[in-house]
Amino acid sequence: MQKLLIANRGEIAVRVIRAARSLGLKTVQVHSSADADMLAVRLADEAVEIGPPHAAKSYLNAEAILEAARRTGADAIHPGYGFLSENAAFADRVAEAGLTFIGPNGDIIRLMGDKAAARQQAAKADVPTVPGSNGIVADMDDAARLAAEIGYPVMIKAAAGGGGRGIRIAENEERFRGHATQASTEAKAAFGDGGIYIEKVIARARHVEVQIMGDGTDAVHYWDRECSLQRRRQKVWEEGPSAALGDARREALCSSAVDLARSVSYKGAGTVEYLYDDESGEFYFIEMNTRIQVEHPVTEMITGVDLVAEMIRIAQGGKVRPGLSPRNGHAIEVRLNAEDPANDFMPFPGVVGRLEIPEMADVRFDHMLYEGYAIPPFYDSLLGKLVVRGDDRADALARMRTALAKLKIEGLATTKPLFEALLDAPDVQSNSVHTRWLESWLESHDLSKGRPVE
Amino acid sequence: MAHQIKSPLPGTFYRKPSPEEAPFKSEGETVAKGDTIGLVEVMKTFHQLHADADGILTSFEIEDAEPVAPGQVIATLD
Repeated sequence: MQKLLIANRGEIAVRVIRAARSLGLKTVQVHSSADADMLAVRLADEAVEIGPPHAAKSYLNAEAILEAARRTGADAIHPGYGFLSENAAFADRVAEAGLTFIGPNGDIIRLMGDKAAARQQAAKADVPTVPGSNGIVADMDDAARLAAEIGYPVMIKAAAGGGGRGIRIAENEERFRGHATQASTEAKAAFGDGGIYIEKVIARARHVEVQIMGDGTDAVHYWDRECSLQRRRQKVWEEGPSAALGDARREALCSSAVDLARSVSYKGAGTVEYLYDDESGEFYFIEMNTRIQVEHPVTEMITGVDLVAEMIRIAQGGKVRPGLSPRNGHAIEVRLNAEDPANDFMPFPGVVGRLEIPEMADVRFDHMLYEGYAIPPFYDSLLGKLVVRGDDRADALARMRTALAKLKIEGLATTKPLFEALLDAPDVQSNSVHTRWLESWLESHDLSKGRPVE
Repeated sequence: MAHQIKSPLPGTFYRKPSPEEAPFKSEGETVAKGDTIGLVEVMKTFHQLHADADGILTSFEIEDAEPVAPGQVIATLD
């Protein structure tokens, strides 16, 4: 491998370029016509425009990306997260073109991307799953019977959905029948696949996940992260390791993720996601993501491993590092989005004014910003991730407070005021949270008094 | 008198609620103030674009699923 093409944009493209450079690889950054000025284009050795702003015509255009690789002589493609990162057909095409796809092969992506199949695979590997349908439910009467057996409320999920899309909750049978029919119709329209499955709702669950790495033969874990603070099913704050888990539960959780990865001869970086029920101490598999995740720096801060470099090394035929990864302290990440918390998180594409990035020990800011940069409105609102490490959780919280105060992104509304408010919330300080905590907290906390635009 | 409906937002303009559905409005159709004539997608969130006057929609000045800038004319009413 000599030259890596980055089939993504924004902060993760910058992150991949840095990892590639550390491994001595040349980089090719593809971009849409709206992204000619982005930071990753400036940092890469070469840049190729692959289409108009709309992602369907650029970052999701496999043909154009492969053509860019051919023209520049790139011999590997890193898909980042989102876009084509979990598209099995794309992984297949990259391999058929004789290039290295940085991630698992198409068959593993297909298996894990089909939520019902992934759930069956988890059960086969003795990983606990949320009580629910074993696979896709075809008949509405059977589905309603099963829902009653599991006990309401139940969750209806689109088999082809992801990132929180296509999920509905039903409180009773009447609602269930309505929601299930609608979910199937919508999934058919959005994903071309109307398959749905159902799951028990764990009332006060935490979202915990395990970072794994496989080389096709063996697999290891890099401990867990907790991402319970979510808004509209999007994570906004992540930390690791989860302060809710004791040593025994953590070991059981992490081993189950490794078992699942080994059972499919997993190759590359992956995340096994679970719900954790505080009351019972039980954890349940929800899905596996076959890509590098937004919140991977949390793990990097506590283990000292460069996960992006590691996944590239494995794609080149490297082996996983044997043994248990060391772990040191506690890390917290917050997502700085171009959204106005004072105005119901309205997107705020704008021009970056003065930028001040904290330079402190154990603080890292992964971002796509520079002064004068015009944030395009066509893509997601993530500007960067502020990540801190402390000796323990209290230390990490204190460091986050200092780092946030030093971070200045002028000219834009960002989610910074949300995190300043969250740092003051007693439930956050004591880690008494669950996946629906943030939305109810937001209902009773007025963030409109802050000054969103600095 | 011709009236122009402009987008207050930057993003991607859509004429249909979803790819499989019919457009909100067609050329030649009568629209009333407050009618939805399209969507603007800004950073993965969708915002409805409303007619700010009554009239007959004589033409769309932008194609479906094309980029739009703030202040850009979306449609002309007569």
